[in-house]
Amino acid sequence: MGEAFEFRHAIEFVLLLLLVLAAAWPLGSAAARLLAPAAGPRPPVWRAPFAALAAALERPLGAAATQPMGWGAYARALLLFNAIGLVATFALQRAQGFLPFNPRGLPAVRWDTALCTAVSFVTNTNWQSYSGEVALSHLVQAGALCVQNFLSAATGIAAMAALARGLAGRGGEALGNAWSDLIAITVRLLLPLALALALLLVACGVPQTGRATLEATPLDRSAATAQSIALGPVASQVAIKQLGTNGGGFFNANSAHPLENPTPLSNLLEGVALLALPAGLVLAFGRLAGDRRHGRALLATMVLLFVPAALALVAAESHLPPPLALHGISAADGALEGKEVRFGAFESAWWGAATTAASNGSVNAMHDSFTPQGGLVALVLMQLGEVVFGGVGSGVYGMVLFVLVAVFVAALMVGRTPEYLGKKVEAHEMRLACVGLLAPALAVLLGTAVAAACPFGRASVANPEAHGFSELLYAFSSAANNNGSAFAGLAADQPAWNLLLALAMAIGRYAVLLPVLALAGSFASKRPAPPGPGTLPTHGALFVALLAAVVVLLGALTFVPALLLGPGVDHFALASEGVR
Amino acid sequence: MRRDARTACLVFGLLTLCTGVLYPAVVTGLAALLLPRQASGSALQVDGVTVGSALVGQPFAAPAFFHGRPSATAARPYDALASSGSNFGPNHPALRERVAADAARWRAALGLDAAALLPVDLVTTSASGLDPHLTPAGARVQVARVAAARGADEAAVAACVEACVEPPALGLFGQPRVNVLRLNLLLERRVPRTR
Repeated sequence: MGEAFEFRHAIEFVLLLLLVLAAAWPLGSAAARLLAPAAGPRPPVWRAPFAALAAALERPLGAAATQPMGWGAYARALLLFNAIGLVATFALQRAQGFLPFNPRGLPAVRWDTALCTAVSFVTNTNWQSYSGEVALSHLVQAGALCVQNFLSAATGIAAMAALARGLAGRGGEALGNAWSDLIAITVRLLLPLALALALLLVACGVPQTGRATLEATPLDRSAATAQSIALGPVASQVAIKQLGTNGGGFFNANSAHPLENPTPLSNLLEGVALLALPAGLVLAFGRLAGDRRHGRALLATMVLLFVPAALALVAAESHLPPPLALHGISAADGALEGKEVRFGAFESAWWGAATTAASNGSVNAMHDSFTPQGGLVALVLMQLGEVVFGGVGSGVYGMVLFVLVAVFVAALMVGRTPEYLGKKVEAHEMRLACVGLLAPALAVLLGTAVAAACPFGRASVANPEAHGFSELLYAFSSAANNNGSAFAGLAADQPAWNLLLALAMAIGRYAVLLPVLALAGSFASKRPAPPGPGTLPTHGALFVALLAAVVVLLGALTFVPALLLGPGVDHFALASEGVR
Repeated sequence: MRRDARTACLVFGLLTLCTGVLYPAVVTGLAALLLPRQASGSALQVDGVTVGSALVGQPFAAPAFFHGRPSATAARPYDALASSGSNFGPNHPALRERVAADAARWRAALGLDAAALLPVDLVTTSASGLDPHLTPAGARVQVARVAAARGADEAAVAACVEACVEPPALGLFGQPRVNVLRLNLLLERRVPRTR
């Protein structure tokens, strides 16, 4: 695996996966109980305050929170809710100079940056063209961005629940009530988890304060006479950005910043939180759709795709890159440029795979400084459409689009009408699935082409030659798949980038979410048919293998040429170094 | 449509109160009550003076101190108001030049010949530019220089380093590491300068 990979890392790798799955199990059942209309057992005592809060929030809505919605009404509710979030997030950034909780007196955020950030946080992408500690007041961080961390996550989970209900429906139209879902998910699922994680993170050393800075007089005054250390309400934001596959850091360096992720223990908590909820929601989807085995098969497919990718990334970063070896540098710790000593090559690489597999996008190492193979893995995991765990809720519904292709292909082989969980899959459904699968891919490739063809794009890269192209490709892969991590050398805080990436993020979110809700409506209106002899079972090893193959094949066919131009050329340029 | 918009505004407002006001306020209050030191940045104090955060790296230049990793923060090294990495890919010519210059500087400062291998953390910048740690090897290789600059016994300085080596948590998570500020504080207490 490389010089920096030790035996204990193999144990840690397995242990991390087991911890994620162990956390996913109860989270999945809790989410399913919350979103299923059937009355379950009384919630445990500690959940009662959150249930009471949710009930109190629903009361002023009256009938609006109980009326069942068809797919059109459900989609309209989510869009309206996101539109208001967009306006509020934009307005608070533009007005921050006049608002309180701005201890350093920061001025308004520039309009294009504010717009890009608003779209970014509403779409659960959390791409950041600003630098958190430099640009934003505490009010904007907590009152605008932290809020959208919750609400964008809730939007994805609600859409997933609607799809599951459509599949489980017996010929009606209703997909549930969007308002009641949003409130339940935010207050009864995300809020208790975030509270607990935030306090654990403070115990590890993540600050949580209204103060702007810690002022220090450094020990060696010949090196510096003063050090101001930026502080703020960090823990509350870090907790939800890890749980809700958001990923937008309080600080510029994100979870590599020693105050955002100070110890190996905080790294463990944040790293497990990153994958646990998206994984748990896959199981919740199976329960809500009435087929637990299907949920487990989807999760198994994701693990099957994740493990080799993570191993490849770890292997890539465990070697010292050839140019550094020329200068008599020890290879014992692997590639450490852009990595923190407390995490080392292994935990940086593991996180790099986890954060791009899930659509989280927080980083604990700088991906721009990854080796070309390491960067390739991160790119591929995003380009697969964020379906290897993916975003909370959106990872599952994205994967369902691939499932429809898989059952379609399988049905073609035996010449029957494809079915999915007892519902016939016809031309209308396949068209919707194709829109959802192709729109983000198109946005990635067209966006990269535009940036590579235009002077502003070529001028904004930080690394020359092939790696510069990788920076462009990474930006659009991240934005259009709602990941949010970056090859951060790119000078993306300029109007052209902010507008283009905002567009890519909006396409990546709504050109998938709306077809998915339309699918939910279409499935809901169909009566379930008993499975026939030609039906592909949607569980078991054969299904998992077929689904994984479909995901990899579609992804590979779309992106291999672009990947060769970026990380491919970069790798061979680097490899030839040792030969010269 | 208008009724939907009103409902959307109401739900958004209520949930903003819960997640943007109530939630951060509760975490801030509980943190201040239960974990005041951590909540305010884990300050380290010597004789009533705050010398830094136990979690955030700071620059060292004098030969009598252990030096941390190079920092890529823009305005000055270890700028804790604007964290940043270099974002150099392994092929970037500027990375090669910087590594070559840093390696030569370290070799001269530590009196190492060209055949001796340098620990990688000494010539690479961290992701945040604020890395508080060195690898144990990165600290040990500086012992002779620090001891000479202090006019002190190498064994005493080396003992400080070993006392500051933190193992991986539970033997599994994270890397063995040395907090540079803590090490230098211990050094100031235990190995006073005679020069």
